Order: sequence, then structure tokens, then C-alpha cells
Amino acid sequence: MIRSEVLKQLIPVISDQLVVCNIGLPSQELHMLDDQPSNFYMLGTMGLASSIGLGLALAQPQKVISIDGDGSILTNFGTLPTIANNVADNFILLIIDNGSYGSTGDQPTYAGMKTSLAAVATACGCEHVVECRAEDAADTVQAALDSKRMTIIVCKCESGNIKVPVIDMDPVVIRDRFMKEISKRNA
Amino acid sequence: MSVNQQIVADLVSNNVSFVTTVPCKQLAGVIELIDKSDEIFHIPSNKEDEGMGLCAGAYMGGKRSAIIMQNTAIGVTINTLATLIQYYHIPLPMLISYRGELGEPVACQVEMAVHTKALLAQLHIPTYHFHRSEDVHELDAILKHCYMSKKPVAILTDASFWKGA
Repeated sequence: MIRSEVLKQLIPVISDQLVVCNIGLPSQELHMLDDQPSNFYMLGTMGLASSIGLGLALAQPQKVISIDGDGSILTNFGTLPTIANNVADNFILLIIDNGSYGSTGDQPTYAGMKTSLAAVATACGCEHVVECRAEDAADTVQAALDSKRMTIIVCKCESGNIKVPVIDMDPVVIRDRFMKEISKRNA
Repeated sequence: MSVNQQIVADLVSNNVSFVTTVPCKQLAGVIELIDKSDEIFHIPSNKEDEGMGLCAGAYMGGKRSAIIMQNTAIGVTINTLATLIQYYHIPLPMLISYRGELGEPVACQVEMAVHTKALLAQLHIPTYHFHRSEDVHELDAILKHCYMSKKPVAILTDASFWKGA
């Protein structure tokens, strides 16, 4: 199972949730599969999906799912201690770990070699870290939503990409639509 | 009121309730006050680009946010400023300790000081330089300008300014 198949399987679970999605192909795939006002697509700035998601979760009560990748977590490793030490029980960090930099041509990451992101997250102090198989992603995210505990999920899947169009929405439109949806839900 | 107290008072009166910091010696006093403030959620970050991500998320969640950092961080955050904060029109006051100016004891700090204003100008970031302690009285207007314009705004605070802290 590759990332786009993991995302497809996740749609029924995450469609109505606030989602902050990682730069590049993950955002393009989510946009193609299920564009929603509750989705925030990152068009730039590799590595910050988890930070944006945590900031959002700490600022308001709705549940927030950050969809990140192993490469992006490695880019912004400092995020894991910050998450661990600022617990937001409405926050789920889903790391889709395909062991490669998918958007740039599937170059291998260290997470696909000796480095275990689940072990790193645990060592950083994250209290609820779950590693799952690609086939179990939807059930695992649903369980995390039901648990009402901050959860870090490392979902192991295969490397590989499908052809997807780029997102041609303006960034300000993405942000404004997302903020209006958040205000509506918190009204 | 000390410079540190004035800064925190202005943040609070402008409803800034989410502040991330990466420490600098000059900023130690204001960071301590922010940490003690009941009206501000203080979240230290490990790197300034991470902090800007936290601020962007908090802003989208309805909270006004700000970052406190050293000028060396301009070198770390250019991509984040251009492709997140500016690209998505997110207001972000950056209270920056301007190391490497007159009175600086550490030579290496001058190496980023000479680039600081040029980089901010290249990014078209409105930039204010606090040199004397009374310059702090402009902070309130700068914060209002930042949220009105939905832009990142830099407030450079040098060693002479902090003598009044």
C-alpha cells in the first residue's frame, strides 16, 4: 500500500475533521480525493505541518489531525519535544512513513533505514505513540479520535506515487476558507 | 514601568495570547515575564521556523500570536517567512534581539547583524529599530499595524535599548 492508498482509506474517517496536510504530493492527493473547507493545504515550507497543527489544536477546542511524512518530521525534528511537552488532547499527528522523500523522487530517508520515528517520539516524551500498518491506518486514526488523547501515529507504508494535479487554489483562499470553517465550528 | 513590563502590557492589550520564544540573553527578562503572564500562553520552540508554524496554527485557530527570537533567526526563517507567513497573509509580530550592534561583546554576532536589515528589506518586511528605551512606546502602534496589514513585522531591539530593561 502506498501513501495515496492510505489517504483514500482514511477519507471516511478524516473528511469531517480539521486536517493540516503536508506539502507536496500528500496535499495534492488529499485535495484530489476529498477537497474540504476543513483541509489546510501546505503549498510550501517543508516540515511545519506538525507545528501548525499543534498551534491550531492549542488555540481552539476542535480536534486537529496533522498529516505529515517521515521526511518532513526529519526536517523539523524539534517538533517532537515541543509536542510532547505541550499536550493537546485534541491533536493527532499522523506520520505516513514510506521511508522516502516521495515528492522529490522517492529518495530514501533515514526513517526507512535505522531510525525509528516511533522510538524517537517516545524518547522525546510523547506519551501515546502508536505504530501501525498501512492497512490499519483508518482504524488507528478512528481509535485515536475516540480516545480523546493526544496521539502520535506512525503509519508504515510502501514508497511510491500516483499522478496528481497541482493545487491551483490561492494560499489566502485556502487559509480564509479554513479559518471560516474553524470559526463556524467553534461558534 | 520597565521596558519588559511595557512589552508584555502591549501584547496583552492587543490580545496577543500565544507567544513562542527562542531565547537570547537580551530577551531573558521579557521571556520570563511572558512565561508568568496569565493572559499569554507561552510555548518555547526549538527553532524559529518551528515557532512560526506554531504561530500560524494558533492564528488560524483564532488567537493572535507573536514570536520572540534573535536576529540570527532571520537566516533560519527566510523560507518560512516567504512561503508560509507572507504567502498565506498571516500577521506575525517578530520581537527580535538585535545582537551584533554597539556594545556587543561577541564578534561573531556582528556577522549576522550586518545582514539583518538587508535581509528584512529584501523580504519587504516592515522593520522598526528600537535603540532607546522610550522607543518601546511605538510597540502598541506596530502591533496594530501588523494585525491590520496581515504581514510579518520586525521589531529590532539592540543592546542600548535593553539597557533600559
